[in-house]
Amino acid sequence: MQASTRVMVAATTMILGAGGLAGCSSSASSAGSKTVTVAYEEFGDFTQLNTQMQLVKTQYEKAHPGYTVKLEPIQAAENDYYTKLTLMNRSASTAPDVMYEDTFLVNSDIQAGYLAPLDSYLSTWSDWSQFTASAKTAAVGSDGKTYGVPMGTDTRALYYNKTLFQQAGIALPWAPKTWDDVLAAARTIKAKLPGVTPINVYSGKGSGEGATMQGLEMLLYGTNNELYDATTKKWTPSTTGMLDSLGFIKTIYTTGLAPDAQDALNPNFGTTVATDLIPNNKLAIDLDGSWVTGNWSSTGAKPWPAWSSTMGVAPMPTQNGQDPGSTSMSGGWVLSVGSHSANKQAAFDLVSLAENKANSLNYDIIASQIAERADVASDPKYLAANPLLGFFTGLVKVTHFRPAYPVYPQISDQIQVAMESVMTGQSSPSSAMSGLAGQVSSIAGAANVASGS
Amino acid sequence: MTVATQSPRQAARTPSRGARRPGRGRRLVGRLLPLAPALLLLAVFFAGPLLWSVYTAFTDMALSGSAAVHFTGLTNFRRMFSDPSFVQSLELTVLFVVGSAVIGQNCLGLLLALLLRGRRQVIRTSITGLVIGAWVVPEVVAGFAWYAFLYKTGTLNSILGHFGLSQNWLYTTPMLAVILANTWRGTAFSMLVYSAALSDVPPELLEAAAVDGASGWARLRYVTLPLIRRAIVSNLMLITLQTLASFGLIYVMTGGGPGTASSTTPLYMYQQAFQFYQLGYGTAMALVLLVLGALFSLIYLRLIKLEDA
Repeated sequence: MQASTRVMVAATTMILGAGGLAGCSSSASSAGSKTVTVAYEEFGDFTQLNTQMQLVKTQYEKAHPGYTVKLEPIQAAENDYYTKLTLMNRSASTAPDVMYEDTFLVNSDIQAGYLAPLDSYLSTWSDWSQFTASAKTAAVGSDGKTYGVPMGTDTRALYYNKTLFQQAGIALPWAPKTWDDVLAAARTIKAKLPGVTPINVYSGKGSGEGATMQGLEMLLYGTNNELYDATTKKWTPSTTGMLDSLGFIKTIYTTGLAPDAQDALNPNFGTTVATDLIPNNKLAIDLDGSWVTGNWSSTGAKPWPAWSSTMGVAPMPTQNGQDPGSTSMSGGWVLSVGSHSANKQAAFDLVSLAENKANSLNYDIIASQIAERADVASDPKYLAANPLLGFFTGLVKVTHFRPAYPVYPQISDQIQVAMESVMTGQSSPSSAMSGLAGQVSSIAGAANVASGS
Repeated sequence: MTVATQSPRQAARTPSRGARRPGRGRRLVGRLLPLAPALLLLAVFFAGPLLWSVYTAFTDMALSGSAAVHFTGLTNFRRMFSDPSFVQSLELTVLFVVGSAVIGQNCLGLLLALLLRGRRQVIRTSITGLVIGAWVVPEVVAGFAWYAFLYKTGTLNSILGHFGLSQNWLYTTPMLAVILANTWRGTAFSMLVYSAALSDVPPELLEAAAVDGASGWARLRYVTLPLIRRAIVSNLMLITLQTLASFGLIYVMTGGGPGTASSTTPLYMYQQAFQFYQLGYGTAMALVLLVLGALFSLIYLRLIKLEDA
């Protein structure tokens, strides 16, 4: 679903208005507490959740006679899915009982009063102890309460093409310890293999959130700084770490290590990377998400059976190899209970059924998710499903989450603007960073922004 | 037409002037009653959302993040005009409307209609069919077709590659690309309007002018254009409003990029309202767009006098 094309997005956008109206007409929880409505995304090649929910509906109705589960799959790409879900949540008569929520929007929805805290239900649910520590914090609000049960997550790392590395004479397996090791490998590729793009790091507005998360944040969270300081509750846009991260982007894009800026700024570049550049041996190193291999499976967008023998993976190193040595970023989705739900116990029963061991195992495998439950993560069936799942699951130890605040999407957009001005050579990293700091101040309010480091 | 049908009735009514008032009131109710469902529907589905969006424009309503809605007066508008990205989007919108609607669709449509006038049926049908084909294609499909044509590895570059002119047109000339695409798509509408209008121009007038020695240009300028000026105004107004709100085509072709180089107001508005969840700010922009549309209409009415001399 991350690689959904712009065309599809536009198509959904056009029916967005109609979708809003459709939301108004659907009946809801207030109709009776014996009905549990479930809202989730079903779009393009992301049909796995719908399959899973059909299964859960059958199981639930069997276990709770007299109850009906009403599935409300929302046909929309990520941004538009969220818009539609929020429109449904705005009115008690259309708000779903159970909803599929993006972790980084959970805080906004808590503030808006759309979600119900689950602590009293979780304390009596024995399975909750199986969830990893980071999973348990994924949907915790600023009030310390938990508002969702994680379904699965993702991590990010460096993919590299072993064939190209061998041709360039770089020793395998490749295990860079610092940013300089990454750059050195890219420079070797450039010198030895003309015509091959050494490294791709997403950047600029075209790739949207992908540029912020797979690009800048993968760099920034490997320095000594982060984007938001949780202790002082301030945004930290002007730090040495930010300056160095923008400097890294400048280095690779202005010295011919990264793709041509014209290509990299294309909104469909992510698809090009996964279905053309990597499978056709035109790209040596790619900083990307754990889901990318899904494109190469027999049912994916670009079936490529040789991928598992061609592609290697390495964790993204920290800037100078400082502890913990590598870094990653995670998103992920949770199931939440709506605050308007007339029967929250019934709604939570559905959440706990959908996320019991058997159902989680099934979903994590079919949707190539990284397991959030310890018992699923160690299950042989899970580990056998995809040779890289073990590697990406291991990165959960060093992973980071985005600051989940309502202004984050705007700040993310400004980060992309700063990246773009650096990669095209329009401004230096330091002037791009001061521009970014100014924008963050006007978005979040000057009082919520730390002044320089 | 209305005048003609009413006058005999009024004439018949004149003698019973004294007894008219109560009867007229009842008659008025009788006439309005069948209209009531339509009026109600209009009020609920047209006036309602319109008033709601005017109200929203003066609030800080958000899709998420805060449940409370505060009345913020003119804050949204002040913020908008101190936001360089918004001002730039307005400029791009005007460029897009003037380039693709006023100049592109309008002039090209008129030219096609003039060229087709009096041609053989076969030619007319085939040309009209071709042009309408572009119009019938759904917006997203048209956008993708142009994307495929102009993109770096697209058709145009395959041809131009032989001359060494190959480049990503969506990156180097994004506004020109979307203006061309919108002209291509919308010309059929203007052509149809003008074909209909031209068929109402009496051929005797043109013949008389030709006999008097008027050149082709003079006949167009002094005979044809004045006679179809109503069609010109309504066509300009319709295509301007359509183009002002154009979203899908640009979104598919460039997504507003590179950077913000083709981010017209509807795209910027979508980003603010639905990606940054600031509904109030987004609707305030919609109001500004409404005013812009009204301004264009005023200009057209000014430039082309409609009243008969």
